Amino acid sequence: MSASLSVGQALLAAAGKSTFILGLVFAIAPLLVWAERRQSAMIQDRVGPHRASIRLFGRDWRLIGLLHPFADSLKMVWKEDFIPPGADKVLHAFAPWISLAPALFGLAIIPFGPAIYFEHLGDTLMLSPQGVPCVAGLANGVLGCTAAASPLATELQVATLDAGILLFFAAGGLGVVGAALGGYASNNKYSLLGGMRAAGQMVSYEVTLGLTLVGPLLVFGTLRPEEMVRWQSSSVFTWGFFLQPLAFILYFVAAMAETKRVPFDVPEGESELVGGYFTEYSGMKFGMFFFAEYVEVIALAAIAATFFCGGWQVPLLTDAGFVLGQLHVPMSHGSVTALRVGGFVIKVLVLIWFQLMVRWSLPRFRYDQIMRLCWRYLLPLSLLNIVVTFAVIVWLRS
Amino acid sequence: MEAVDDLDLQSLDKLELPADLMELNMGPAHPATHGTVRLKLKLDGERVAAIDIQPGYLHRGFEKSCERGTWNQVFPYVDRLNYVSPMLNNVGFALAVEGLCGVTVPERCQYYRVVLGELARITDHMTCNAATAMELGAFTPFLWLMKVRDWIYDVLEIETGARLTHSFGRIGGMAAPPTPDLKANVRRVLPEVLKVVGETETLLLRNRIFLDRVEGTGVLTQAEALDYGVTGPVLRSTGIDYDVRKAEPYLVYDRFDFDVPVGSRGDNYDRFLVRLEETRQSVRILEQALAQMPDDGPINVDDPRLILPEKSAVYTTIEATIAHFKLVMEGVKVPRGEYYSATEGGNGELGFFIVSDGSGTPYRVRVRPPCWYGLQAGARMFAGGMLADIIPTFGSINMIGGECDR
Repeated sequence: MSASLSVGQALLAAAGKSTFILGLVFAIAPLLVWAERRQSAMIQDRVGPHRASIRLFGRDWRLIGLLHPFADSLKMVWKEDFIPPGADKVLHAFAPWISLAPALFGLAIIPFGPAIYFEHLGDTLMLSPQGVPCVAGLANGVLGCTAAASPLATELQVATLDAGILLFFAAGGLGVVGAALGGYASNNKYSLLGGMRAAGQMVSYEVTLGLTLVGPLLVFGTLRPEEMVRWQSSSVFTWGFFLQPLAFILYFVAAMAETKRVPFDVPEGESELVGGYFTEYSGMKFGMFFFAEYVEVIALAAIAATFFCGGWQVPLLTDAGFVLGQLHVPMSHGSVTALRVGGFVIKVLVLIWFQLMVRWSLPRFRYDQIMRLCWRYLLPLSLLNIVVTFAVIVWLRS
Repeated sequence: MEAVDDLDLQSLDKLELPADLMELNMGPAHPATHGTVRLKLKLDGERVAAIDIQPGYLHRGFEKSCERGTWNQVFPYVDRLNYVSPMLNNVGFALAVEGLCGVTVPERCQYYRVVLGELARITDHMTCNAATAMELGAFTPFLWLMKVRDWIYDVLEIETGARLTHSFGRIGGMAAPPTPDLKANVRRVLPEVLKVVGETETLLLRNRIFLDRVEGTGVLTQAEALDYGVTGPVLRSTGIDYDVRKAEPYLVYDRFDFDVPVGSRGDNYDRFLVRLEETRQSVRILEQALAQMPDDGPINVDDPRLILPEKSAVYTTIEATIAHFKLVMEGVKVPRGEYYSATEGGNGELGFFIVSDGSGTPYRVRVRPPCWYGLQAGARMFAGGMLADIIPTFGSINMIGGECDR
């Protein structure tokens, strides 16, 4: 479809989409820092961030602590960039980038909205009986196609690839390199231990992470995230969450282990390992590790939303507007798209919120317990899920 | 390179890569060694192959410092022994000196000391359990417990004027009588204590991760505990119901109905539970003490050799002026002799062995710091465990630098 866009238009669209997804991440990440502090404060029965203020119009504006992330980033920028003596300077400087870049890269395949037809933003669209999008209108009192839609559509997704989700895994697999290198290059035993833990944990959980998504892949029959979301369009009960509940839970656990947050934060293990693999990082280099963690949290939620929560699907909302039985509220293509993008963002935020709740309620595993959980419980269960899914699909088709 | 056939296959270690143990210094400046202690570890991967505990970084010469002032000037020093429950140290030292002097404080003061002491015990156990939870990554229960600890500190602040270093004990009494609101204030905070203990239990004790982390880790057997002279919650977690308050009742502890909780396995889980339950028992003691405590009556013994005279009398009568002068300049004259007095501190048997040469200055003050013995036994608890288990185990020993290193 996008082949018919001119090169200039395609570039413009790609730039716009990248800006949107990066803007979303860069907006959510500081908000996440704030939300984490605010939410943990609520859970822990304390006041939370409220100090940072800005003086405007003769009074101090605290904005319920929203300024703290900005104060934080300012602090990180101005802090001394410390490189420990004896450290491998090059690797030490590269490790945070290697940690951050793949996390951002993986977000490229996330479809954050449906295909958008820029020429029809004001029209109501629907699928024709042939499955082709068309401009809808009332013909003889019945909603039907009145004209063919323009073929100039753009998927709201930075990279539409056949490999799709595999790219996400490939990118995610690189994240471990950053943590391991950071630990190795710091010339500090605590960092080294943290790096080793991170490497062991992330490599182990990547296996489970990949296998848990095989179930949904079998169901959807495609590797392309945008196709998966379309597959889940007919009703809420076709969402991955209902079809693959076990895979959803396993995926969430494995993905939380990938983000290296409590209860899986042994690579940082602040009580025994001081700061784990980023013990020797300060300033913005530390900030990048910190940021990478939040990007991973967002990516986890985005993938979970795409695979298991219908992606940008909003319940009862079709291309032509809300439909409930005979009731039909027609909406323009532009507003439907906006609602769907909004729905996707809300799903992501809810999943993030859930991760924060887990983060502040649970203690930390021990390293060997994490490994046991992965290899003895999650991995066999994810294999079982694949076998059962496969059997059911074969049975349904026969 | 020799051929495989030539290798001696009986000694397989020749085939492996050389593997040295990794030496790791934990502390003295490590975030988890609250108090300063250095743990020299030899690690085989994550497993602890050998451990050398090196305390002493907080040694301030407490015992020697005591020998240069008057007996009453020791109180600020004892505040800084176990700085998590300073009131218990105040009471313990006062009882030791009073024992050597052969005086007993009035009943109201005894109850007052019990009340303040038990409040301090609650803060001590709460801090320890909170820290153990935090070291396992559970930050939420830590802050819940700290919140209520702060409310207890509020009560102590109203009574003594200081949140932590009260310096409130005096030989023959207390620095000030109870405030009129003491009973109301304590009764207001006790339900909160029970509530937060219950909340902590619901959040942690049904949590598989927490249980996996504490059950069976840092085990100390009963025999080992006795060999090392461990007392307090660490001993009781191994199943021995030794509590100085029951075994050798002092103050008015024999008038209260309370239980001594014991564990059975001596692991981190048992120590955690013993401390939680002792918090509950302290609440029971407090309720009974508040009910029995007389509302008026003297706090200090009626003995001008021990207690400073009324300020108004100091300004108007020559006898009081001289008594004041002598007590301030020379201090309380404690009869020549030796005395050992033990009380139940936050971590176990807190003993003060004092020697007096009859002057107003201590000849020798020796403390039996309860956590010192726990720390020695720590080597047994850590050995063979995982690196990650050291910190919660260390937390549950509750080594307090000020008390341990003196």
